[in-house]
Amino acid sequence: MDDEGAGVAEAPARSRPEAIRAVPVRHPGRWVSGAIVLVVAAQLIHWFVTNKELKLGTVRHYLFDHSILVGVGVTLELTAVAMIMGVIIGVVLAVMRLSRNPIVAGGSWLYVWFFRGTPVLVQLLFWYNLPTVARSLSLGIPFGPSWLPQNPKDLITAFIAACLGLGLNEGAYMAEIVRAGILSVDEGQVEAASALGMPRLLSMRRIVLPQAMRVIIPPTGNETISMLKTTSLASVIAFPELLYTAQIIYSRTYETIPLLLTASIWYLFMTSVLSVGQYYLERRFARGALRELPPTPGQRIRRWVALRRGRALT
Amino acid sequence: MSEPTEAQAAVRPMVHSEGVEKWFGRLQVLQGIDLQVKPREVFCIIGPSGSGKSTFLRCINHLEKVDAGRLTVDGQLVGYQERGGRLHELPDKEVCRRREEIGMVFQRFNLFPHMTALGNVMEAPLRLKDENKAAVRERATALLRRVGLSDKLNVYPTQLSGGQQQRVAIARALAMQPKLMLFDEPTSALDPELVGEVLEVMRGLAEDGMTMIVVTHEMGFAREVGDALVFMDQGQVVETGSPRDVISDPQHERTRSFLSKVL
Repeated sequence: MDDEGAGVAEAPARSRPEAIRAVPVRHPGRWVSGAIVLVVAAQLIHWFVTNKELKLGTVRHYLFDHSILVGVGVTLELTAVAMIMGVIIGVVLAVMRLSRNPIVAGGSWLYVWFFRGTPVLVQLLFWYNLPTVARSLSLGIPFGPSWLPQNPKDLITAFIAACLGLGLNEGAYMAEIVRAGILSVDEGQVEAASALGMPRLLSMRRIVLPQAMRVIIPPTGNETISMLKTTSLASVIAFPELLYTAQIIYSRTYETIPLLLTASIWYLFMTSVLSVGQYYLERRFARGALRELPPTPGQRIRRWVALRRGRALT
Repeated sequence: MSEPTEAQAAVRPMVHSEGVEKWFGRLQVLQGIDLQVKPREVFCIIGPSGSGKSTFLRCINHLEKVDAGRLTVDGQLVGYQERGGRLHELPDKEVCRRREEIGMVFQRFNLFPHMTALGNVMEAPLRLKDENKAAVRERATALLRRVGLSDKLNVYPTQLSGGQQQRVAIARALAMQPKLMLFDEPTSALDPELVGEVLEVMRGLAEDGMTMIVVTHEMGFAREVGDALVFMDQGQVVETGSPRDVISDPQHERTRSFLSKVL
Protein backbone atom coordinates (compact mmCIF):
# COMPACT_ATOMS: atom_id res chain seq x y z
CA MET A 1 0.00 0.00 0.00
CA ASP A 2 2.74 2.44 1.00
CA ASP A 3 4.69 1.71 -2.17
CA GLU A 4 1.65 2.47 -4.29
CA GLY A 5 1.09 5.75 -2.48
CA ALA A 6 4.67 6.75 -3.11
CA GLY A 7 4.28 5.88 -6.79
CA VAL A 8 1.30 8.18 -7.14
CA ALA A 9 3.12 11.02 -5.43
CA GLU A 10 6.07 10.70 -7.77
CA ALA A 11 3.92 11.06 -10.90
CA PRO A 12 4.66 14.35 -12.68
CA ALA A 13 2.31 17.08 -11.40
CA ARG A 14 -0.04 18.16 -14.22
CA SER A 15 -1.09 21.81 -14.38
CA ARG A 16 -4.90 22.14 -14.08
CA PRO A 17 -6.58 23.44 -17.26
CA GLU A 18 -8.02 26.95 -17.05
CA ALA A 19 -11.75 27.15 -16.11
CA ILE A 20 -14.01 28.02 -19.08
CA ARG A 21 -15.46 31.54 -19.07
CA ALA A 22 -17.79 31.75 -22.11
CA VAL A 23 -20.36 34.40 -23.08
CA PRO A 24 -23.81 32.85 -22.39
CA VAL A 25 -26.37 32.52 -25.23
CA ARG A 26 -29.14 35.14 -25.09
CA HIS A 27 -32.76 33.95 -24.96
CA PRO A 28 -34.98 36.90 -25.98
CA GLY A 29 -37.98 34.55 -26.54
CA ARG A 30 -37.97 33.61 -22.87
CA TRP A 31 -38.17 37.26 -21.82
CA VAL A 32 -41.11 37.94 -24.17
CA SER A 33 -43.14 34.87 -23.17
CA GLY A 34 -42.46 35.57 -19.50
CA ALA A 35 -43.66 39.14 -19.90
CA ILE A 36 -46.92 38.02 -21.57
CA VAL A 37 -47.70 35.62 -18.73
CA LEU A 38 -46.97 38.35 -16.15
CA VAL A 39 -49.26 40.86 -17.86
CA VAL A 40 -52.17 38.38 -18.08
CA ALA A 41 -51.71 37.40 -14.44
CA ALA A 42 -51.56 41.02 -13.33
CA GLN A 43 -54.78 41.78 -15.21
CA LEU A 44 -56.57 38.85 -13.59
CA ILE A 45 -55.43 39.85 -10.11
CA HIS A 46 -56.41 43.45 -10.74
CA TRP A 47 -59.90 42.43 -11.87
CA PHE A 48 -60.20 40.11 -8.91
CA VAL A 49 -59.19 42.70 -6.32
CA THR A 50 -61.03 45.71 -7.72
CA ASN A 51 -64.28 43.97 -8.70
CA LYS A 52 -66.90 45.11 -6.17
CA GLU A 53 -69.38 42.40 -7.24
CA LEU A 54 -67.09 39.65 -5.96
CA LYS A 55 -67.44 41.05 -2.44
CA LEU A 56 -64.13 39.76 -1.11
CA GLY A 57 -65.12 41.07 2.29
CA THR A 58 -68.03 38.62 2.29
CA VAL A 59 -65.65 35.82 1.34
CA ARG A 60 -63.44 36.71 4.27
CA HIS A 61 -66.45 36.89 6.54
CA TYR A 62 -67.71 33.43 5.64
CA LEU A 63 -64.29 31.75 5.40
CA PHE A 64 -64.30 30.92 9.11
CA ASP A 65 -68.04 30.97 9.56
CA HIS A 66 -69.16 28.23 11.92
CA SER A 67 -71.46 26.45 9.47
CA ILE A 68 -68.80 26.55 6.73
CA LEU A 69 -66.26 25.04 9.12
CA VAL A 70 -68.74 22.30 10.00
CA GLY A 71 -69.22 21.71 6.26
CA VAL A 72 -65.42 21.39 5.85
CA GLY A 73 -65.36 18.80 8.64
CA VAL A 74 -68.24 16.85 7.11
CA THR A 75 -66.53 16.87 3.70
CA LEU A 76 -63.34 15.49 5.25
CA GLU A 77 -65.34 12.86 7.11
CA LEU A 78 -67.18 11.74 3.99
CA THR A 79 -63.92 11.67 2.00
CA ALA A 80 -62.26 9.51 4.67
CA VAL A 81 -65.17 7.05 4.98
CA ALA A 82 -65.65 6.73 1.21
CA MET A 83 -61.91 6.22 0.60
CA ILE A 84 -61.56 3.65 3.38
CA MET A 85 -64.54 1.78 1.92
CA GLY A 86 -63.04 2.12 -1.54
CA VAL A 87 -59.62 0.79 -0.51
CA ILE A 88 -61.04 -2.20 1.40
CA ILE A 89 -63.44 -3.10 -1.41
CA GLY A 90 -60.67 -2.52 -3.95
CA VAL A 91 -58.21 -4.88 -2.24
CA VAL A 92 -60.87 -7.58 -1.85
CA LEU A 93 -61.98 -7.21 -5.49
CA ALA A 94 -58.38 -7.23 -6.77
CA VAL A 95 -57.53 -10.41 -4.86
CA MET A 96 -60.82 -11.94 -6.06
CA ARG A 97 -60.00 -10.97 -9.64
CA LEU A 98 -56.70 -12.85 -9.44
CA SER A 99 -58.36 -15.91 -7.88
CA ARG A 100 -58.15 -19.26 -9.64
CA ASN A 101 -61.89 -19.70 -9.12
CA PRO A 102 -63.56 -18.37 -12.31
CA ILE A 103 -66.83 -17.54 -10.52
CA VAL A 104 -65.04 -15.46 -7.88
CA ALA A 105 -62.95 -13.72 -10.55
CA GLY A 106 -66.05 -13.18 -12.68
CA GLY A 107 -67.95 -11.64 -9.77
CA SER A 108 -65.17 -9.12 -9.29
CA TRP A 109 -65.19 -8.30 -13.00
CA LEU A 110 -68.95 -7.79 -12.95
CA TYR A 111 -68.73 -5.42 -9.99
CA VAL A 112 -66.09 -3.28 -11.66
CA TRP A 113 -68.04 -3.31 -14.94
CA PHE A 114 -71.23 -2.13 -13.25
CA PHE A 115 -69.83 0.56 -10.96
CA ARG A 116 -67.40 1.99 -13.50
CA GLY A 117 -70.02 1.97 -16.19
CA THR A 118 -72.59 4.15 -14.42
CA PRO A 119 -72.13 7.81 -13.37
CA VAL A 120 -71.43 8.31 -9.69
CA LEU A 121 -74.13 11.00 -9.59
CA VAL A 122 -76.69 8.42 -10.70
CA GLN A 123 -75.43 5.99 -8.08
CA LEU A 124 -75.80 8.63 -5.34
CA LEU A 125 -79.38 9.34 -6.37
CA PHE A 126 -80.02 5.61 -6.63
CA TRP A 127 -78.92 4.83 -3.09
CA TYR A 128 -80.73 7.85 -1.71
CA ASN A 129 -84.01 6.85 -3.33
CA LEU A 130 -83.65 3.12 -2.76
CA PRO A 131 -85.94 3.10 0.31
CA THR A 132 -88.87 4.02 -1.93
CA VAL A 133 -88.69 0.61 -3.63
CA ALA A 134 -87.16 -1.63 -0.98
CA ARG A 135 -89.87 -1.85 1.65
CA SER A 136 -87.84 -3.71 4.21
CA LEU A 137 -84.20 -4.59 4.56
CA SER A 138 -83.04 -7.41 6.73
CA LEU A 139 -79.86 -8.99 7.94
CA GLY A 140 -79.71 -12.75 7.95
CA ILE A 141 -78.99 -15.93 6.03
CA PRO A 142 -79.73 -15.47 2.30
CA PHE A 143 -83.23 -16.78 1.55
CA GLY A 144 -83.31 -17.99 5.18
CA PRO A 145 -84.32 -16.60 8.53
CA SER A 146 -83.47 -12.97 9.18
CA TRP A 147 -82.83 -10.67 12.11
CA LEU A 148 -82.89 -6.93 12.54
CA PRO A 149 -85.87 -6.01 10.40
CA GLN A 150 -85.30 -2.37 9.51
CA ASN A 151 -87.34 0.37 8.04
CA PRO A 152 -85.14 1.35 5.08
CA LYS A 153 -86.07 5.00 5.50
CA ASP A 154 -84.33 5.03 8.89
CA LEU A 155 -81.42 2.95 7.65
CA ILE A 156 -80.50 4.95 4.56
CA THR A 157 -79.84 8.47 5.72
CA ALA A 158 -78.21 11.03 3.43
CA PHE A 159 -74.87 10.20 5.03
CA ILE A 160 -75.24 6.45 4.45
CA ALA A 161 -76.41 7.06 0.90
CA ALA A 162 -73.43 9.34 0.23
CA CYS A 163 -71.00 6.80 1.72
CA LEU A 164 -72.52 3.95 -0.28
CA GLY A 165 -72.66 5.91 -3.51
CA LEU A 166 -69.11 7.23 -3.32
CA GLY A 167 -67.49 4.26 -1.54
CA LEU A 168 -68.89 1.47 -3.71
CA ASN A 169 -68.02 3.43 -6.82
CA GLU A 170 -64.51 4.12 -5.55
CA GLY A 171 -64.06 0.40 -4.82
CA ALA A 172 -64.32 -0.33 -8.53
CA TYR A 173 -61.57 2.15 -9.39
CA MET A 174 -59.38 1.06 -6.48
CA ALA A 175 -59.73 -2.57 -7.60
CA GLU A 176 -58.03 -1.76 -10.87
CA ILE A 177 -55.30 0.23 -9.11
CA VAL A 178 -54.62 -2.55 -6.60
CA ARG A 179 -54.64 -5.18 -9.34
CA ALA A 180 -52.05 -3.23 -11.32
CA GLY A 181 -49.96 -3.00 -8.15
CA ILE A 182 -50.16 -6.73 -7.47
CA LEU A 183 -49.24 -7.55 -11.06
CA SER A 184 -46.23 -5.21 -10.85
CA VAL A 185 -44.58 -7.38 -8.17
CA ASP A 186 -41.90 -9.72 -9.52
CA GLU A 187 -43.07 -13.32 -9.85
CA GLY A 188 -39.90 -14.47 -8.13
CA GLN A 189 -41.23 -12.94 -4.90
CA VAL A 190 -44.26 -15.23 -4.81
CA GLU A 191 -42.04 -18.14 -5.78
CA ALA A 192 -39.60 -17.42 -2.96
CA ALA A 193 -42.51 -17.18 -0.50
CA SER A 194 -44.03 -20.44 -1.81
CA ALA A 195 -40.68 -22.22 -1.60
CA LEU A 196 -40.49 -21.23 2.08
CA GLY A 197 -43.88 -22.86 2.59
CA MET A 198 -46.00 -19.71 2.85
CA PRO A 199 -49.64 -20.21 1.80
CA ARG A 200 -51.03 -17.97 -0.96
CA LEU A 201 -52.97 -15.55 1.21
CA LEU A 202 -50.10 -15.13 3.67
CA SER A 203 -47.63 -14.35 0.90
CA MET A 204 -50.18 -11.98 -0.60
CA ARG A 205 -50.49 -10.12 2.70
CA ARG A 206 -46.86 -10.15 3.83
CA ILE A 207 -44.87 -10.18 0.59
CA VAL A 208 -46.91 -9.04 -2.41
CA LEU A 209 -49.18 -6.27 -1.09
CA PRO A 210 -46.46 -4.34 0.78
CA GLN A 211 -44.42 -4.24 -2.44
CA ALA A 212 -47.47 -3.44 -4.55
CA MET A 213 -47.96 -0.39 -2.30
CA ARG A 214 -45.26 1.49 -4.17
CA VAL A 215 -47.36 1.27 -7.30
CA ILE A 216 -50.70 1.62 -5.49
CA ILE A 217 -49.98 4.71 -3.36
CA PRO A 218 -49.51 7.44 -6.00
CA PRO A 219 -52.79 6.81 -7.88
CA THR A 220 -54.57 6.29 -4.54
CA GLY A 221 -53.41 9.74 -3.49
CA ASN A 222 -54.84 11.11 -6.69
CA GLU A 223 -58.07 9.24 -6.05
CA THR A 224 -58.29 10.72 -2.54
CA ILE A 225 -57.80 14.24 -3.87
CA SER A 226 -60.35 13.53 -6.56
CA MET A 227 -62.75 12.07 -3.97
CA LEU A 228 -62.48 15.20 -1.83
CA LYS A 229 -63.88 17.16 -4.75
CA THR A 230 -66.39 14.48 -5.78
CA THR A 231 -68.01 14.64 -2.33
CA SER A 232 -69.54 17.92 -3.54
CA LEU A 233 -71.89 15.77 -5.65
CA ALA A 234 -73.51 14.66 -2.41
CA SER A 235 -75.08 18.13 -2.31
CA VAL A 236 -77.75 16.82 -4.71
CA ILE A 237 -79.06 14.46 -2.03
CA ALA A 238 -79.10 17.30 0.51
CA PHE A 239 -76.09 15.99 2.40
CA PRO A 240 -74.63 18.93 4.34
CA GLU A 241 -71.04 18.86 3.14
CA LEU A 242 -69.08 21.98 2.21
CA LEU A 243 -70.82 22.84 -1.07
CA TYR A 244 -74.31 22.18 0.23
CA THR A 245 -73.59 24.33 3.30
CA ALA A 246 -72.49 27.17 1.01
CA GLN A 247 -75.59 26.66 -1.12
CA ILE A 248 -77.85 26.93 1.91
CA ILE A 249 -76.23 30.23 2.85
CA TYR A 250 -76.37 31.81 -0.61
CA SER A 251 -79.94 30.67 -1.20
CA ARG A 252 -80.75 32.90 1.77
CA THR A 253 -78.41 35.86 1.09
CA TYR A 254 -78.05 35.66 -2.73
CA GLU A 255 -74.26 36.07 -2.35
CA THR A 256 -73.70 33.19 -4.73
CA ILE A 257 -70.25 33.94 -6.14
CA PRO A 258 -68.62 34.97 -2.83
CA LEU A 259 -69.80 31.75 -1.17
CA LEU A 260 -68.66 29.59 -4.08
CA LEU A 261 -65.29 31.34 -3.75
CA THR A 262 -65.24 30.55 -0.04
CA ALA A 263 -65.90 26.90 -0.75
CA SER A 264 -63.25 26.88 -3.51
CA ILE A 265 -60.63 28.31 -1.16
CA TRP A 266 -61.33 25.51 1.31
CA TYR A 267 -61.24 22.83 -1.41
CA LEU A 268 -57.90 24.21 -2.64
CA PHE A 269 -56.51 24.29 0.87
CA MET A 270 -57.57 20.71 1.61
CA THR A 271 -56.27 19.27 -1.68
CA SER A 272 -52.95 21.07 -1.10
CA VAL A 273 -52.59 19.54 2.35
CA LEU A 274 -53.43 16.10 0.93
CA SER A 275 -50.76 16.49 -1.77
CA VAL A 276 -48.12 17.10 0.88
CA GLY A 277 -49.36 14.06 2.82
CA GLN A 278 -49.14 11.96 -0.32
CA TYR A 279 -45.53 13.00 -0.86
CA TYR A 280 -44.48 11.73 2.56
CA LEU A 281 -46.53 8.53 2.22
CA GLU A 282 -44.79 7.72 -1.05
CA ARG A 283 -41.42 8.16 0.65
CA ARG A 284 -42.46 5.79 3.40
CA PHE A 285 -43.28 3.02 0.92
CA ALA A 286 -40.16 3.55 -1.17
CA ARG A 287 -38.17 1.92 1.64
CA GLY A 288 -35.98 -0.85 0.31
CA ALA A 289 -36.65 0.11 -3.30
CA LEU A 290 -34.18 2.96 -3.46
CA ARG A 291 -30.66 2.93 -2.11
CA GLU A 292 -31.06 6.40 -0.68
CA LEU A 293 -34.28 8.37 -0.38
CA PRO A 294 -34.24 11.84 -1.96
CA PRO A 295 -34.29 14.62 0.67
CA THR A 296 -37.63 16.14 1.69
CA PRO A 297 -38.14 19.86 1.06
CA GLY A 298 -37.54 20.44 4.78
CA GLN A 299 -34.24 18.56 4.68
CA ARG A 300 -33.28 20.43 1.53
CA ILE A 301 -33.85 23.81 3.18
CA ARG A 302 -31.93 22.77 6.26
CA ARG A 303 -29.00 21.56 4.14
CA TRP A 304 -29.04 24.77 2.15
CA VAL A 305 -29.01 26.85 5.32
CA ALA A 306 -26.19 24.74 6.76
CA LEU A 307 -24.23 25.17 3.55
CA ARG A 308 -24.73 28.94 3.63
CA ARG A 309 -23.66 29.11 7.22
CA GLY A 310 -20.59 27.02 6.46
CA ARG A 311 -19.65 29.38 3.64
CA ALA A 312 -20.24 32.46 5.75
CA LEU A 313 -17.84 31.09 8.38
CA THR A 314 -14.98 30.43 5.98
CA MET B 1 -39.53 -49.26 -11.13
CA SER B 2 -38.22 -52.41 -9.42
CA GLU B 3 -38.40 -53.31 -5.76
CA PRO B 4 -35.52 -51.71 -3.88
CA THR B 5 -32.65 -54.08 -3.28
CA GLU B 6 -31.41 -54.57 0.26
CA ALA B 7 -28.51 -52.19 -0.17
CA GLN B 8 -30.80 -49.45 -1.38
CA ALA B 9 -33.33 -50.06 1.34
CA ALA B 10 -30.68 -49.60 4.00
CA VAL B 11 -30.37 -45.91 3.14
CA ARG B 12 -33.63 -44.41 1.99
CA PRO B 13 -32.86 -41.89 -0.74
CA MET B 14 -33.67 -38.26 0.07
CA VAL B 15 -34.91 -37.74 -3.46
CA HIS B 16 -35.94 -40.59 -5.73
CA SER B 17 -37.01 -39.88 -9.28
CA GLU B 18 -38.34 -42.58 -11.58
CA GLY B 19 -39.33 -41.73 -15.12
CA VAL B 20 -40.34 -38.18 -14.24
CA GLU B 21 -41.86 -36.31 -17.18
CA LYS B 22 -42.94 -32.72 -17.53
CA TRP B 23 -44.69 -30.97 -20.38
CA PHE B 24 -45.10 -27.23 -21.00
CA GLY B 25 -47.99 -27.33 -23.43
CA ARG B 26 -46.73 -29.42 -26.35
CA LEU B 27 -43.09 -29.14 -25.34
CA GLN B 28 -41.74 -32.03 -23.32
CA VAL B 29 -39.10 -30.53 -21.04
CA LEU B 30 -38.44 -33.64 -18.93
CA GLN B 31 -38.37 -36.95 -20.78
CA GLY B 32 -38.18 -39.52 -18.02
CA ILE B 33 -35.68 -38.57 -15.34
CA ASP B 34 -34.26 -41.40 -13.24
CA LEU B 35 -31.98 -40.51 -10.38
CA GLN B 36 -31.41 -40.88 -6.66
CA VAL B 37 -30.03 -38.43 -4.16
CA LYS B 38 -28.80 -39.95 -0.92
CA PRO B 39 -29.00 -38.18 2.43
CA ARG B 40 -26.03 -35.91 3.23
CA GLU B 41 -25.03 -35.96 -0.41
CA VAL B 42 -24.08 -32.96 -2.56
CA PHE B 43 -25.71 -33.76 -5.87
CA CYS B 44 -24.76 -31.56 -8.82
CA ILE B 45 -26.74 -31.16 -12.02
CA ILE B 46 -25.01 -29.67 -15.04
CA GLY B 47 -26.13 -29.17 -18.60
CA PRO B 48 -26.84 -26.56 -21.26
CA SER B 49 -29.63 -24.04 -20.75
CA GLY B 50 -33.00 -25.46 -21.72
CA SER B 51 -31.94 -28.95 -20.73
CA GLY B 52 -34.64 -29.09 -18.03
CA LYS B 53 -32.35 -29.04 -15.00
CA SER B 54 -34.05 -26.06 -13.35
CA THR B 55 -37.48 -27.47 -14.14
CA PHE B 56 -36.52 -30.75 -12.50
CA LEU B 57 -35.31 -28.88 -9.43
CA ARG B 58 -38.61 -27.00 -9.25
CA CYS B 59 -40.52 -30.28 -9.46
CA ILE B 60 -38.86 -31.43 -6.24
CA ASN B 61 -40.65 -28.79 -4.13
CA HIS B 62 -43.73 -28.87 -6.34
CA LEU B 63 -43.28 -25.40 -7.82
CA GLU B 64 -43.89 -27.37 -11.02
CA LYS B 65 -46.31 -30.28 -11.26
CA VAL B 66 -44.93 -33.64 -12.35
CA ASP B 67 -46.96 -34.99 -15.29
CA ALA B 68 -45.77 -38.60 -15.25
CA GLY B 69 -43.46 -40.86 -13.26
CA ARG B 70 -42.75 -41.03 -9.55
CA LEU B 71 -40.90 -38.41 -7.57
CA THR B 72 -40.43 -38.86 -3.83
CA VAL B 73 -38.73 -36.75 -1.19
CA ASP B 74 -37.73 -38.62 1.97
CA GLY B 75 -40.06 -41.45 0.95
CA GLN B 76 -43.09 -39.21 0.40
CA LEU B 77 -44.59 -38.66 -3.02
CA VAL B 78 -44.28 -35.03 -4.16
CA GLY B 79 -47.59 -33.25 -4.70
CA TYR B 80 -49.75 -36.37 -4.46
CA GLN B 81 -50.72 -39.08 -2.07
CA GLU B 82 -51.70 -42.63 -2.79
CA ARG B 83 -55.00 -43.79 -1.39
CA GLY B 84 -56.82 -46.90 -2.50
CA GLY B 85 -54.54 -47.39 -5.46
CA ARG B 86 -55.25 -43.94 -6.85
CA LEU B 87 -53.29 -40.71 -6.76
CA HIS B 88 -54.94 -37.78 -5.02
CA GLU B 89 -53.64 -34.25 -5.35
CA LEU B 90 -52.36 -32.93 -2.05
CA PRO B 91 -54.29 -30.04 -0.53
CA ASP B 92 -52.47 -26.67 -0.60
CA LYS B 93 -51.90 -26.77 3.13
CA GLU B 94 -50.02 -30.07 2.91
CA VAL B 95 -48.00 -28.86 -0.09
CA CYS B 96 -46.95 -25.83 1.96
CA ARG B 97 -46.05 -27.95 4.96
CA ARG B 98 -43.77 -30.14 2.86
CA ARG B 99 -42.13 -27.15 1.22
CA GLU B 100 -41.16 -25.94 4.67
CA GLU B 101 -38.77 -28.88 4.82
CA ILE B 102 -37.11 -28.05 1.50
CA GLY B 103 -35.02 -24.90 1.24
CA MET B 104 -34.54 -23.25 -2.12
CA VAL B 105 -32.03 -20.69 -3.36
CA PHE B 106 -32.72 -18.90 -6.62
CA GLN B 107 -30.50 -17.61 -9.37
CA ARG B 108 -31.82 -14.07 -8.87
CA PHE B 109 -31.86 -14.24 -5.03
CA ASN B 110 -35.54 -13.12 -4.78
CA LEU B 111 -34.99 -11.49 -1.40
CA PHE B 112 -37.97 -9.55 -0.06
CA PRO B 113 -36.90 -5.97 -0.85
CA HIS B 114 -39.17 -4.33 1.74
CA MET B 115 -37.56 -6.23 4.63
CA THR B 116 -34.11 -5.99 6.17
CA ALA B 117 -31.70 -8.92 5.95
CA LEU B 118 -32.83 -10.03 9.41
CA GLY B 119 -36.49 -9.54 8.44
CA ASN B 120 -36.00 -11.71 5.36
CA VAL B 121 -34.55 -14.54 7.44
CA MET B 122 -37.13 -14.25 10.25
CA GLU B 123 -40.25 -13.89 8.13
CA ALA B 124 -41.08 -17.51 7.29
CA PRO B 125 -40.29 -19.14 10.65
CA LEU B 126 -42.08 -16.32 12.47
CA ARG B 127 -45.28 -16.89 10.48
CA LEU B 128 -45.13 -20.66 9.99
CA LYS B 129 -43.38 -22.17 12.98
CA ASP B 130 -44.67 -22.41 16.48
CA GLU B 131 -41.78 -20.50 18.00
CA ASN B 132 -41.56 -17.25 19.90
CA LYS B 133 -40.04 -14.20 18.30
CA ALA B 134 -36.96 -14.13 20.50
CA ALA B 135 -36.00 -17.68 19.54
CA VAL B 136 -36.51 -16.97 15.83
CA ARG B 137 -34.48 -13.78 16.07
CA GLU B 138 -31.69 -15.60 17.82
CA ARG B 139 -31.55 -18.32 15.17
CA ALA B 140 -31.78 -15.80 12.33
CA THR B 141 -28.94 -13.76 13.81
CA ALA B 142 -26.83 -16.90 14.19
CA LEU B 143 -27.53 -17.89 10.58
CA LEU B 144 -26.54 -14.48 9.27
CA ARG B 145 -23.36 -14.68 11.33
CA ARG B 146 -22.71 -18.09 9.83
CA VAL B 147 -22.92 -16.68 6.27
CA GLY B 148 -20.61 -13.84 7.36
CA LEU B 149 -23.13 -11.03 7.50
CA SER B 150 -23.47 -10.31 11.20
CA ASP B 151 -22.79 -6.62 10.47
CA LYS B 152 -25.63 -6.39 7.91
CA LEU B 153 -28.62 -7.44 10.03
CA ASN B 154 -30.62 -4.25 9.56
CA VAL B 155 -29.64 -3.49 5.99
CA TYR B 156 -32.12 -3.65 3.10
CA PRO B 157 -31.29 -5.96 0.15
CA THR B 158 -30.70 -3.11 -2.34
CA GLN B 159 -27.82 -1.94 -0.17
CA LEU B 160 -26.10 -5.34 -0.39
CA SER B 161 -23.87 -6.71 -3.14
CA GLY B 162 -25.10 -9.68 -5.18
CA GLY B 163 -22.93 -12.08 -3.22
CA GLN B 164 -24.20 -10.72 0.09
CA GLN B 165 -27.80 -10.96 -1.13
CA GLN B 166 -27.34 -14.57 -2.11
CA ARG B 167 -25.83 -15.36 1.28
CA VAL B 168 -28.87 -13.77 2.96
CA ALA B 169 -31.05 -15.92 0.69
CA ILE B 170 -29.22 -19.04 1.85
CA ALA B 171 -29.68 -18.01 5.49
CA ARG B 172 -33.37 -17.38 4.78
CA ALA B 173 -33.80 -20.89 3.39
CA LEU B 174 -31.91 -22.41 6.32
CA ALA B 175 -34.08 -20.59 8.86
CA MET B 176 -36.89 -23.10 8.21
CA GLN B 177 -34.45 -25.87 9.20
CA PRO B 178 -34.89 -27.84 5.99
CA LYS B 179 -33.70 -31.40 5.46
CA LEU B 180 -32.91 -30.71 1.81
CA MET B 181 -31.55 -27.65 0.03
CA LEU B 182 -32.12 -26.88 -3.64
CA PHE B 183 -29.78 -24.44 -5.40
CA ASP B 184 -30.89 -23.15 -8.78
CA GLU B 185 -27.75 -21.73 -10.42
CA PRO B 186 -26.94 -19.78 -7.25
CA THR B 187 -23.88 -18.03 -8.68
CA SER B 188 -24.96 -17.41 -12.28
CA ALA B 189 -26.18 -13.86 -11.66
CA LEU B 190 -23.08 -12.83 -9.73
CA ASP B 191 -20.04 -10.84 -10.75
CA PRO B 192 -17.09 -13.25 -11.02
CA GLU B 193 -15.31 -11.88 -7.96
CA LEU B 194 -18.43 -12.48 -5.80
CA VAL B 195 -18.90 -16.14 -6.78
CA GLY B 196 -16.31 -17.38 -4.30
CA GLU B 197 -18.01 -16.08 -1.15
CA VAL B 198 -21.28 -17.86 -2.02
CA LEU B 199 -19.56 -21.12 -2.92
CA GLU B 200 -17.65 -20.89 0.38
CA VAL B 201 -20.94 -20.77 2.31
CA MET B 202 -22.25 -23.73 0.30
CA ARG B 203 -19.08 -25.67 0.96
CA GLY B 204 -19.57 -25.08 4.69
CA LEU B 205 -23.12 -26.37 4.45
CA ALA B 206 -21.95 -29.50 2.65
CA GLU B 207 -19.35 -30.13 5.36
CA ASP B 208 -22.11 -29.93 7.98
CA GLY B 209 -23.88 -32.78 6.18
CA MET B 210 -26.76 -30.94 4.50
CA THR B 211 -28.32 -32.79 1.58
CA MET B 212 -27.96 -30.45 -1.39
CA ILE B 213 -29.02 -30.54 -5.02
CA VAL B 214 -27.09 -27.92 -6.95
CA VAL B 215 -27.81 -26.87 -10.51
CA THR B 216 -24.59 -25.14 -11.45
CA HIS B 217 -22.06 -24.15 -14.07
CA GLU B 218 -19.26 -24.07 -11.50
CA MET B 219 -17.28 -27.17 -12.50
CA GLY B 220 -14.62 -26.45 -9.89
CA PHE B 221 -17.23 -26.52 -7.12
CA ALA B 222 -18.86 -29.67 -8.54
CA ARG B 223 -15.52 -31.47 -8.69
CA GLU B 224 -14.36 -30.47 -5.21
CA VAL B 225 -17.57 -30.51 -3.17
CA GLY B 226 -19.93 -32.72 -5.20
CA ASP B 227 -20.54 -36.36 -4.30
CA ALA B 228 -22.51 -37.16 -7.44
CA LEU B 229 -23.11 -35.44 -10.72
CA VAL B 230 -25.52 -35.80 -13.60
CA PHE B 231 -25.25 -34.24 -17.01
CA MET B 232 -28.67 -33.39 -18.47
CA ASP B 233 -29.46 -32.50 -22.06
CA GLN B 234 -32.83 -32.05 -23.77
CA GLY B 235 -34.80 -33.26 -20.78
CA GLN B 236 -32.82 -36.43 -20.30
CA VAL B 237 -30.11 -37.63 -17.97
CA VAL B 238 -27.22 -38.34 -20.32
CA GLU B 239 -24.53 -39.30 -17.88
CA THR B 240 -24.26 -39.99 -14.15
CA GLY B 241 -21.27 -40.60 -11.98
CA SER B 242 -18.81 -39.15 -9.53
CA PRO B 243 -18.04 -35.53 -10.47
CA ARG B 244 -14.34 -36.25 -10.90
CA ASP B 245 -14.98 -39.06 -13.39
CA VAL B 246 -17.65 -37.31 -15.40
CA ILE B 247 -15.76 -34.04 -15.69
CA SER B 248 -12.33 -35.45 -16.43
CA ASP B 249 -13.43 -38.49 -18.43
CA PRO B 250 -16.89 -38.06 -19.92
CA GLN B 251 -18.25 -41.17 -21.63
CA HIS B 252 -20.79 -39.56 -23.93
CA GLU B 253 -20.16 -37.34 -26.91
CA ARG B 254 -22.74 -34.74 -25.77
CA THR B 255 -21.17 -34.50 -22.32
CA ARG B 256 -17.77 -34.12 -23.91
CA SER B 257 -18.84 -31.32 -26.24
CA PHE B 258 -20.64 -29.48 -23.39
CA LEU B 259 -17.68 -29.73 -21.05
CA SER B 260 -15.28 -28.58 -23.74
CA LYS B 261 -17.29 -25.36 -23.96
CA VAL B 262 -17.59 -24.60 -20.25
CA LEU B 263 -14.19 -25.71 -18.93
